[in-house]
Amino acid sequence: MTKSVAGELTGLELPIERGCPFAPPTAYERLREQAPISKVRLTSGGEAWCVSGHEEGRAVLADPRFSSDKRKDGFPLFTLDAATLQQLRSQPPLMLGMDGAEHSAARRPVIGEFTVKRLAALRPRIQGIVDHFIDDLLATDQRPVDLVQALSLPVPSLVICELLGVPYTDHDFFQSRTTMMVSRTSLEDRRRAITELRAYIDDLLTHKESEPGDDLLGRQIARQRQEGALDHAGQVSLAFLLLTAGHETTANMISLGVVGLLTHPEQLALIKAEPDKTPMAVEELLRYFTIADGVTTRLATEDANIGGVSIKAGEGVIVSTLSANWDPAAFKDPAELDVERGARHHLAFGFGPHQCLGQNLARMELQIVFDTLFRRIPTLRLAAPAEDLPFKNDAVIYGVHELPVTW
Amino acid sequence: MIRIKADTDLCVGSGQCVLTAPAVFDQDDDGIVALLTDHPDDQSAAHARQAITLCPSRALSIGPGHGAEEPRAGRRH
Repeated sequence: MTKSVAGELTGLELPIERGCPFAPPTAYERLREQAPISKVRLTSGGEAWCVSGHEEGRAVLADPRFSSDKRKDGFPLFTLDAATLQQLRSQPPLMLGMDGAEHSAARRPVIGEFTVKRLAALRPRIQGIVDHFIDDLLATDQRPVDLVQALSLPVPSLVICELLGVPYTDHDFFQSRTTMMVSRTSLEDRRRAITELRAYIDDLLTHKESEPGDDLLGRQIARQRQEGALDHAGQVSLAFLLLTAGHETTANMISLGVVGLLTHPEQLALIKAEPDKTPMAVEELLRYFTIADGVTTRLATEDANIGGVSIKAGEGVIVSTLSANWDPAAFKDPAELDVERGARHHLAFGFGPHQCLGQNLARMELQIVFDTLFRRIPTLRLAAPAEDLPFKNDAVIYGVHELPVTW
Repeated sequence: MIRIKADTDLCVGSGQCVLTAPAVFDQDDDGIVALLTDHPDDQSAAHARQAITLCPSRALSIGPGHGAEEPRAGRRH
C-alpha cells in the first residue's frame, strides 16, 4: 500500500458516523495504515490533524504543547455557529478546557475524592444500588424490559446522588431529571431538565454550606473555607460537570457492555465462571466500544514533531481514541472481543493530565453491574437481534437508545 | 533491581499505578501518588513497569543508579 504524504488532505471529514454497530468507521483503518497523523476536513469547516494511531495519540495527549482551551483561535470545533462560540467564550472554562497550572489547581482539590481507597469504601453502597434495581427487574412480570430505563440510566444516577450527598427523598426527582436530560425527548424537555437540575444543585449546595455533610460537596466546602474563599458558582459547575461526565457515559457503557457480552456468549461464560476476570473484561469492553470518540481535541501552541509529522503552532488536532483502541499495533486482532487480552492501555478514558477523573468509579460500577446482573439473571438474553438495536450512531457519546431484554 | 521514581507535581491522581502495582504505589488522602517502596522485588517490578507505561501524566519513571552497584540494592529481603 502506498503511504500518503503526511499533511496531504485525505478527503475524510470529521466527525464520522459509525456504520457497523460493532466496529469503528472503516475510514479509520485506512487512515491508520496510510498515515496515522493526517489532515482531515471538519464538517464545521476548516481542517485539522486526525491522529488515528495508538502511540501517536498517547504522545499528543501527554504533551503540554497541545492546549485544551476551546476558546483559543483555531481550536478544532465540530460546531462553529455563533451561539456556540458566544457561549464558549462568555463562560469560565470547566477543568476540561484548562491547561497546565490552572488545570492542576482545578483538578487537585477533587482527585482525593476518587482515590482507589475511597472508591473501595463506596463499593457496598454501589452494590446495594445495583441489587435494588435488579430486585425490581426480577419482581416484574413484564417482558421484554428496556434495560436502559430499568438499569443503565438509574444506576449511575443514584451513584452520583451518593457521591454528591443528594438526600434520599430527592432521589426520584434527581433520577427522573437526569434520565430526561439524556433521553430522546424534545430539546425543550432536555433543556428544562438541565435548568431544573442546575437549580436543584444550587439549592443543595446552599443547604450544604450551612450544614456540610460527609460527602464530596461537604468536603469541598470545608476545604474552601479553610483556604478562605467559598466559590459557590464554581462548586455548582463542578457538581454539574461530575453529573454530565459520569451519568450518560456510564449508562451507555452498561448497555453496550451487556450487548457485547450477550453477543459473545463464550466471553460471557469466562467471566461467569471466574468473576476475577470481570475487571479485565471491563477494560476490553471499554476498548472495544470506546464510546467517547472525537472528544479529545487539542490545539498546538508550539511547533511539534509527533511520529515524524511536523504539526505547526495554531493547528488543530483531533485524537481518535476509537481508532487508537483498534490499532493492531497496540491490540492484536482488534475486532475480536477478547476479555482476557489485557486491554488496560486503551485510551477510552483519554490520556494525559485530562484523563477521566471518574475512571475508577466507572470501572467499579461496570464491574458490579456485569457481575451482579449475570449472576442473578443467568438466562438474560436480548429480545431483539443485536444489529436491529437503536444504536446512537450520530451521538457524541455512543450507546443504545433502548435495550429490550428478556429471561 | 530497579529504582522507581514518582513526581508528585506531575501526578494527576488517575490511580492507574495503584490498580496496576498495589505493592509499590499508593495514593495519599489528596489522591497523589505515594511510593510504598522504591526498590520493588522482581514480581512487583514487572507490575511497576506496566504502571509506568500506563501513567497518563508520565509522573513515574525508573530512576538512575539502578543495578548491583547501587548501595541500597543489598538491602533486598
